[in-house]
Amino acid sequence: MSTTVTAERVEQVVYQALESFGADPSEFSREATFEQLDVDSLDLAELSQIAEEEFGVPLKGDDVKGIRTVGDAIDLIVSRA
Amino acid sequence: MMVREVVVTGVGAVTPLGVGARTLHERWTSGASGITGGEAPCAEFDPLDTLTRKEARRADRFTQLAVAAAAEAVADAGWDGELPYAPDRVGCIIGTGIGGLGTFESNHEELLGRGPGAVSPLSVPLMMGNAGAGTLAMRHGLLGPCFGVVSACAAGANAIGAAARTIQAGDADAVLTGGSEAVLTPLARASFAALDAVSRTGESRPFDARRDGFVMGEGAGALVLEEAQAAQARGARILGWVRGYGATCDAHHLTAPDPRGAGAARAILAALADAGIEAGDLVYVNAHGTSTPLNDRSETLALKTALGDDAYAVPVSSTKSAIGHLLGAAGAVEAIATLLALRDRVAPPTLGWAEEDEGLDLDYVPDSARPLALADGERVLGLSNSFGFGGHNAALVLETV
Repeated sequence: MSTTVTAERVEQVVYQALESFGADPSEFSREATFEQLDVDSLDLAELSQIAEEEFGVPLKGDDVKGIRTVGDAIDLIVSRA
Repeated sequence: MMVREVVVTGVGAVTPLGVGARTLHERWTSGASGITGGEAPCAEFDPLDTLTRKEARRADRFTQLAVAAAAEAVADAGWDGELPYAPDRVGCIIGTGIGGLGTFESNHEELLGRGPGAVSPLSVPLMMGNAGAGTLAMRHGLLGPCFGVVSACAAGANAIGAAARTIQAGDADAVLTGGSEAVLTPLARASFAALDAVSRTGESRPFDARRDGFVMGEGAGALVLEEAQAAQARGARILGWVRGYGATCDAHHLTAPDPRGAGAARAILAALADAGIEAGDLVYVNAHGTSTPLNDRSETLALKTALGDDAYAVPVSSTKSAIGHLLGAAGAVEAIATLLALRDRVAPPTLGWAEEDEGLDLDYVPDSARPLALADGERVLGLSNSFGFGGHNAALVLETV
């Protein structure tokens, strides 16, 4: 599975997820913080679920505590995949 | 100790007759019905009129309906984005019969079909019965007593009663209260049908001999209650008073009412006593009037027991004839309908009533709305009844100027 996971693909899935949470796509970038996007702990719980389903990467507890930006989340998923 | 009076300063509703408390009142009074195809959905309701996309997906439909009703009530009270009281002196008490059943059903389907990993982390926070209260408190910054009330089809009225008591006891100076329900879902439809509680003909005709069950509806009603002196001090427009509240339980059967309506009668008598009035002081009764064979008979008996001969003189009508049964929202929506009827001095009709049933011989206001008969200077006092599975009985005495 990991061979097919590219940063571009992860970015696409993360952006789709954020949009479905109600965040504004015009504000999306790797540098955007979840705080700026009004993405909170409940959204991150959903994002973890999506990451697990799409890439087989479970993100639990301490994993998501350290991520602050969209880029952090993408990098974490790519590194685990 | 000085008795703290409770006034109503704002109302809001989303019902099968449309969005808005006054829309409900005007359409029902004109004889319109929100029932279509044997159900009563809030077809005109669009959650995105009130909620952002993000807020909407953080709320089950029952909470979305509550948010819209509460937004109207708060604006109607003139709170205009700023609370007139210290936030920790404002509470939020919202009733529901079942809570976020749609959320429960869709997530349970995911659980069975795709496994635990497919269950949304939002499922519990959306389906919990107190989600309406918590969401409204967050939205309006209400830091006082906040909880859900769960007593089936009496929940909306029990919530208003609890809110009034919270103000009277001094635990809050104002409470945003009401009820909400959205269970036009496969599970609820199937369960009510299996209970033989819903109408097979799809007709809601309370107190009529041909009645054969209730029509499922959805909606929400919200009221802003305030302590009277505080409301007057801020120059609030007073819509009316919550004068009396009575709550009892049949302790008889999980779904069937006490056939003699004894528990309901005790609730009505308690509400009259709480208001310090006599049966003859009531100028209008908004019945629970579900259109089920059992309720309408036991409620009629309860009214006769509690009001005596005065039961025959007062107009009694059922909002459910126009919007079906809003379950946990019914008590709140109907309290609002009662207030607006009293304000306009009108008894809205029990739609569809045509055939008298033996023993059901009160004045059910058939055909069309009728002006209330008021003596000069007579107080404008009404009664709103709500009863629920579990044997819950709640009665509210309301007054307008």
